[in-house]
Amino acid sequence: MLGITKHFGALVANRAVHLAVERGTVHALVGENGAGKSTLMNVLYGLYEPDEGEVRIGGQRVTRLSPARAVELGLGMVHQHFMLIPTFTVLENIVLGIEQSKGGLLDLDSPRAQLQEIIGTYDLKVNPDALAGELSVGMRQRVEILKVLMRGAGVLLLDEPTAVLTPQEVEELFKIVRLLKSQGKTIVFISHKLREVKAISDRLTVMRGGEVVGSHATAGVTEGDIAEMMVGRKVLLDVKKAEAKPGDVCLSIQDVTLVGGGSKLVLDHVDLEVRAGEIVGLAGVVGNGQTELVEVLAGFRAPSDGRVRLDGRDLLEMDVLERYRVGLAHIPEDRHKHGMVVDMDARDNTILGKQRDEPFSRSGVLDETAILLEARARIAQFDVRPPRPDVRAGDMSGGNQQKLVIAREVSREPRFLIAAMPTRGVDIGAIEFIHRHLIELRDSGVAILLVSAELSEVLSLSDRIAVMYEGRMMDVMAASEATEQRLGLLMAGIHDKAEAAH
Amino acid sequence: MQRSLLRDLAYPAVAVFIAFLLGALLVVATGYSPAEIYGALWHGAFGSAENVAWSLQNATPLVFTGLAVALAFRAGLFNVGAEGQLILGAFAASQVGIRLKGTAFDTTLSILPLALLAAALAGGLWGAIPGWLKARLGVHEVINTIMMNFIAALLGSYFLTVPWIKEAGSVPQTPIVSANAVLPAARFINPYTRLNAGFLLALGCVFLVWFVLWRTWHGFELRIVGLNAGAATYAGANVGRTTIAVMFASGALAGLGGAEQVLGVHYHFIKDFWVGLGFTGIAVALVGENHPVGVLLGALLFGALQNGAAEIDMMTTFPRELIQVLQAIIIFLVASMGYVRKRSAA
Repeated sequence: MLGITKHFGALVANRAVHLAVERGTVHALVGENGAGKSTLMNVLYGLYEPDEGEVRIGGQRVTRLSPARAVELGLGMVHQHFMLIPTFTVLENIVLGIEQSKGGLLDLDSPRAQLQEIIGTYDLKVNPDALAGELSVGMRQRVEILKVLMRGAGVLLLDEPTAVLTPQEVEELFKIVRLLKSQGKTIVFISHKLREVKAISDRLTVMRGGEVVGSHATAGVTEGDIAEMMVGRKVLLDVKKAEAKPGDVCLSIQDVTLVGGGSKLVLDHVDLEVRAGEIVGLAGVVGNGQTELVEVLAGFRAPSDGRVRLDGRDLLEMDVLERYRVGLAHIPEDRHKHGMVVDMDARDNTILGKQRDEPFSRSGVLDETAILLEARARIAQFDVRPPRPDVRAGDMSGGNQQKLVIAREVSREPRFLIAAMPTRGVDIGAIEFIHRHLIELRDSGVAILLVSAELSEVLSLSDRIAVMYEGRMMDVMAASEATEQRLGLLMAGIHDKAEAAH
Repeated sequence: MQRSLLRDLAYPAVAVFIAFLLGALLVVATGYSPAEIYGALWHGAFGSAENVAWSLQNATPLVFTGLAVALAFRAGLFNVGAEGQLILGAFAASQVGIRLKGTAFDTTLSILPLALLAAALAGGLWGAIPGWLKARLGVHEVINTIMMNFIAALLGSYFLTVPWIKEAGSVPQTPIVSANAVLPAARFINPYTRLNAGFLLALGCVFLVWFVLWRTWHGFELRIVGLNAGAATYAGANVGRTTIAVMFASGALAGLGGAEQVLGVHYHFIKDFWVGLGFTGIAVALVGENHPVGVLLGALLFGALQNGAAEIDMMTTFPRELIQVLQAIIIFLVASMGYVRKRSAA
């Protein structure tokens, strides 16, 4: 790709971007959110027409790219969000869009043979007749990879492929990627996880603010170098923290059970304690009950059974606002779904959940001045940009939105803070900032429950780590005893190595 | 939010302008002079104090129903039932004005506030039913408010067949309400005008709705419910309770519109006076971008056009349906502009 420039209105998403990927290599494309990676890939895949520049594949200039043409040219995109029909089998999902008919009937026999061959070549171990909806996340990803291979892809674009995988699944994926490479396939690996980039890629290209910052052989750079290129300044990758000095039990969860649809136990007799001045990390693959546990704590839904106490007070008898008033603060896992109203301005968002409290309202009437002062104070405190209370929240970057949410919640001066995926979709610079703040809060005696899908985040911030699997609390351990290996097994529902051997 | 009002209302203003341009083309194409036709329209709408009074009178019920629709819309609810709520409100007002006629209460104090209260309550309850069904059972309010319009219209017609309610007359009607329950008319403009104090009440409601929406935490929570129900739960607003309360308030506004018609214009409850008042309220809310001030302007526009139509009919040979064409173009343009803006924002 030579000199690709793409504008969206006044915004330049890509400016004179060069990207050269050698055949038969794994090339990582790294950069923070909004650095222009996705735009570039969409240009390559023919979804966007570049304003300037050209795309060459195998030395040939390619014009008038379209997704169909990209497939013809041997490009295959594996999206971050899988696009499978759950009630179709693997085979049916794969032939969807390239169906062949035999005498007016759908021909599944010749694709089946072809599929078996590919599965064999790459050792993918997928059952073509399994229902897509019943597969694990890792398996579904393989099906997506099979989809592009069936279409004859020579170049695979993997968009943040590890975001939803357990560490073990990531390893499996890397094995597949290496095998693909050894068979002469080319892989473009889009990620912002430095360790993975280091582990899998041959070369890497770093993007920042729509431009290429540098392109290097992976062996020649350290993780710190890559992070610096991404952010444009030195970044502390390790969280510096002192030993925790846990106080009394602040939050106690006892025997909390939640029955979901089809009388399935979404939360299965969960017990957990969080002490003042400690961070308890809650690890687990997304969808194993962490979200529901947080919803129970936050007051969004009532559990079927169990008890939750904050400083000895029964939280379950309180509504959401009463919980805030007795010392709960909540950084929700999805800021767009719960944490903020994107169509309101930053000012209104700084009092979300505080709208009935003085000084923001008195006898029902909002105090505009108090709200404006509050917004200015929070924006200044957390360096939210742009520093304007009247900017629409939806127009702020993800990192700044999250800073605003965290600023609001921290300013409650809570006793107990739920931090659910506090750095999701946030750039490295802001991650560093957010992590530092969580540690400061801990040191000031706040009890923190950190829910995160990023194992490295759980490991670096937590004092104790709990692992959930299918609604059960698998184990709780001191962070010093936790390893990625051990957590990974627990996240997969396996208690020890002996069991893993089965 | 108020800051963006001017910008928001720029779109409907452009829509109105384009509609008049297209209307002029239509007039020219059929061999008339736009100057003549629009001249008559202008004269009918604003040509004299009396005509302005007519326009304002036409606008008054539309302010109420427009506010009803806009308020619900801010909470993410589409209240298609303003017409039914208006009917119930009108009937309640008429019954207070008739049943208490001549009582000590009527002659010494005033039953007017009581009649207005009854109208708000009746309209409010009629609106709260679909609100409750939505909050408790998840039944969509559009379906239920539409159906309750039919029930209300049939109920209104049925009441006028009940012997102790109806009164003999050329149309199905009730007796006249007590003179003390009448909303005073602006006789200083014209002794026969039916522009009444209900217009001032409408202005008061415009302010009240604006104040509640943007100056109280109730309104803050209401708007969050409309923009993001998840964030509303997070912010401690009870989405179900808010839904019911908003539908009650919305219905109450429409009910007051009904009271204005009975107590200020007709002086009794007559069959079919309500036709179109609720539905035009939806158009008014749309043109007014669901902002109280926009609703007021939208209602004035529609009220004036309606009045201008009569003038076109009287003074020219051009069909008055021109006005409906104009209204249709305005609604079409505003709706499609909203769509385009949403698309370009995404």
